[in-house]
Amino acid sequence: MSSDAATPSLLQFAGDAEGEAALAEARRQIEICNACRYCEGFCAVFPAMTRQKAFSDGDMTQLANLCHNCRGCYYSCQYTAPHEFDLNVPGILAEVRQDSWSRCAWPAALGRVFHRHGVAVAAALVTGFAFLLLLIQSLRPEAGQGFYAFLSHNAMVAVFLPAFLLPLAALAVGLRRYWREVGGSPLRGRHLVAAFKDAAVLRNLDGGQGQGCNFEKGDRYSNERRFAHQATLYGFLLCFAATSVATLMHYLFDMPAPYGLFSLPKLLGLSGGLLLCLGTLRLAMLKARGERDLGAPRVWGGEMAFVLLLFFVSLSGLVLYAASGTAIGTGAVSWLLALHLGSVLAFFLLTPYSKMAHGFYRLAALAREAQQREAKP
Amino acid sequence: MVGRSLVETTWDVVVVGGGNAALCAAITAAEKGASVLILEGAPKPYRGGNSRHTRNFRCMHRGPLSVLTDTYEEEEYFQDLLVVTKGKTDEGLARMAIRESEACLPWMEAHGVRFQPSLSGTLSLSRTNAFFLGGGKALVNAYYNTAEDLGVRAVYEAQVVHVGLEDGRFTHVEVELGGETLRVEGKAVVLAAGGFQADIDWLARAWGPSARNFLIRGTPYNRGVVLKDLLDQGAESIGDPTQCHAVAIDGRAPKYDGGIATRIDCVPFSIVVNRDGQRFYDEGEDVWPKRYAIWGRLVAAQPDQMAYAIIDHKSIDLFMPTVFPPVKAETIEGLAQRLGLPAPALKETVEGFNRACREGTFHPTELDGLATEGVSPEKTNWARPLDTPPYYGYLLRPGVTFTYLGLKVDETARVTGQNGRYANIWAAGEIMAGNVLGEGYLAGFGMTIGTVFGRIAGREAADHVL
Ligand code: SF4
Ligand code: SF4
Repeated sequence: MSSDAATPSLLQFAGDAEGEAALAEARRQIEICNACRYCEGFCAVFPAMTRQKAFSDGDMTQLANLCHNCRGCYYSCQYTAPHEFDLNVPGILAEVRQDSWSRCAWPAALGRVFHRHGVAVAAALVTGFAFLLLLIQSLRPEAGQGFYAFLSHNAMVAVFLPAFLLPLAALAVGLRRYWREVGGSPLRGRHLVAAFKDAAVLRNLDGGQGQGCNFEKGDRYSNERRFAHQATLYGFLLCFAATSVATLMHYLFDMPAPYGLFSLPKLLGLSGGLLLCLGTLRLAMLKARGERDLGAPRVWGGEMAFVLLLFFVSLSGLVLYAASGTAIGTGAVSWLLALHLGSVLAFFLLTPYSKMAHGFYRLAALAREAQQREAKP
Repeated sequence: MVGRSLVETTWDVVVVGGGNAALCAAITAAEKGASVLILEGAPKPYRGGNSRHTRNFRCMHRGPLSVLTDTYEEEEYFQDLLVVTKGKTDEGLARMAIRESEACLPWMEAHGVRFQPSLSGTLSLSRTNAFFLGGGKALVNAYYNTAEDLGVRAVYEAQVVHVGLEDGRFTHVEVELGGETLRVEGKAVVLAAGGFQADIDWLARAWGPSARNFLIRGTPYNRGVVLKDLLDQGAESIGDPTQCHAVAIDGRAPKYDGGIATRIDCVPFSIVVNRDGQRFYDEGEDVWPKRYAIWGRLVAAQPDQMAYAIIDHKSIDLFMPTVFPPVKAETIEGLAQRLGLPAPALKETVEGFNRACREGTFHPTELDGLATEGVSPEKTNWARPLDTPPYYGYLLRPGVTFTYLGLKVDETARVTGQNGRYANIWAAGEIMAGNVLGEGYLAGFGMTIGTVFGRIAGREAADHVL
């Protein structure tokens, strides 16, 4: 990277003055950090920053997505307000990161709406319920076992396959945009391995030495957020695995649902659902305690709504399971099924436009960081 | 409200100041069972005095210790100190501090301080200095949390204006808090309120009127109020009252509190001119870590206490980035204009300098002997012509780090008055650093003094009371 003036803007802000102001402010702060470097030991952002003297817009996008908002560099900084340097690195990087997700989202307008507005997320959720309820009532199959008694397997596939694949396609477009913006070179397997390794333990949220982050306890370190996040992440992955295994069993081995308690899909799904439920609940509690100004306050509502949506997905799934095992009337089950599947539907469709997208961009940022580390350790 | 609960108690140990030394004393005393009150003059976001701006701790070690590699023995450490102080140190006290530093590091870790390998660009210190994860403010935070957990009471914006003495005994402090002046009583006191470098009037009286143009690198709260009060009451002083440690820093830095980020490391690769566009000293005399301190004085001696370091494109990546981007232009005249320097004079200086440069091998990280010929003052290393645009310029001003005047103490950190040692007054940190650091500075040694004497003061004060 040349140390000359920053390369011309790669980004099309399309008159987004707010976004440009955030970028300029982030650059100002990062240049101060680059002259100081006290926080080098906390995370990958600081070593990445020291590889250059001037920061292009793409560099800023990359640094912002590498930041995991551990807040260590805020509480340790001798230049936070009221000092005239007025540093709040986690806050400004959160703003830039948020802008990058909105900008890269496809279509971008959806990104702007759902990232910001908890109400929009709630509306999507209600729409999801209503749709499922309508479906269940109008397409009630003649016969079928378990939940398929309410909605046939084929109908479920017809709804959820596109609801799963379309957001993935949208995400792929977004990630491509991201990769071009940060100037990524062709991806190799080892870069992805490095990214997954970091994400697996949330290395950038461990404070650099395993003491954790400064999210909810001010200048004291704590691993609570890291653990809550990983419970959520692994819970989600277990649930996802349960569905995948069930799909395989259905098509490959001709073993359709319902499955018994000690079947693989149920074991995975139950443990995943519990983890997800506890993880998201804890995340929401911690989020209520953390200082909002050290994140991006304008999306606090959208983020919180998303965590709660995920909580609702897991909780409704668990309740549904419990209810279907008992002698509760089919009426209740059909309602619960609509609630659960409706929330799952909303969750899937919102993935590219909600906080859920962060996981994908983070992985991209970590993979890009692995590339850059290779080129210039 | 806060005030009432302070005056109702007679505290075992009152600690005046809220930086590293104060916290080490408070924690040590509290662990011995004393009731401890910290009176910090700064508001909470600025707590910690100059410790907020520190980054490492110079530590003796006879084998690998925590993040420190190899060994750094007492003798080498002491010789390093002798070099910078030119012998202005108390050998007994200095050696004691050096020896004690080895036990301090594990103590610091046990009380919440986290260390990390030396930062990028500071490889030369990886054997001698242990760096704090997150810097000095992280250390200060850790100590405040530890102190809080031990039941130490810390009050902010509590400026001690007078230390009450009766027959060589400390009785109380007068402290300004929330618009009132309160009398807070204690059985022992530890004075750890720093030097006087933030009192510009005092600095100007001591150094001369040009000191008004100096920048203060550290906290604006070290105004020497407690130091002056004690000296006025007859405490013995130590250290040259007219001297301060000043380095050349970015002239655009804030008046106070600019800290580490305002340093400028480009001088060896530059020519440095004054307001009139004239060079005045050999920029390439030695590697920068050995020269940055003298440049504070050199710049202080120039008109308006300002100077300008000028480099060309060849050198821009050879030093640590600066806190503000440099002034940049395609021509020397253009640069002169932007910096507010006389263009013809600067052009002449640069041309004269360029003519004096010789062919040779340039080596940025060692003394390369690439010297000028036939220009005065000469540049004895790294002399390359300024001929590749764009050109860059940095305004330099003297930045004061600390002052040397302090309270005389003995090896138990007890303060000395007219009639021998006071019965129950101890001092630690910058307020007594002049006992061991009479001149110059050794990176990370301020934290060593603060930690060693802070712990001793806390222990002695608690032992005295309990
Ligand atoms: S956040 Fe503050 S302390 Fe940390 S590197 Fe940046 S300027 Fe330095
Ligand atoms: S908030 Fe944490 S992860 Fe983000 S830059 Fe600061 S130290 Fe790194």
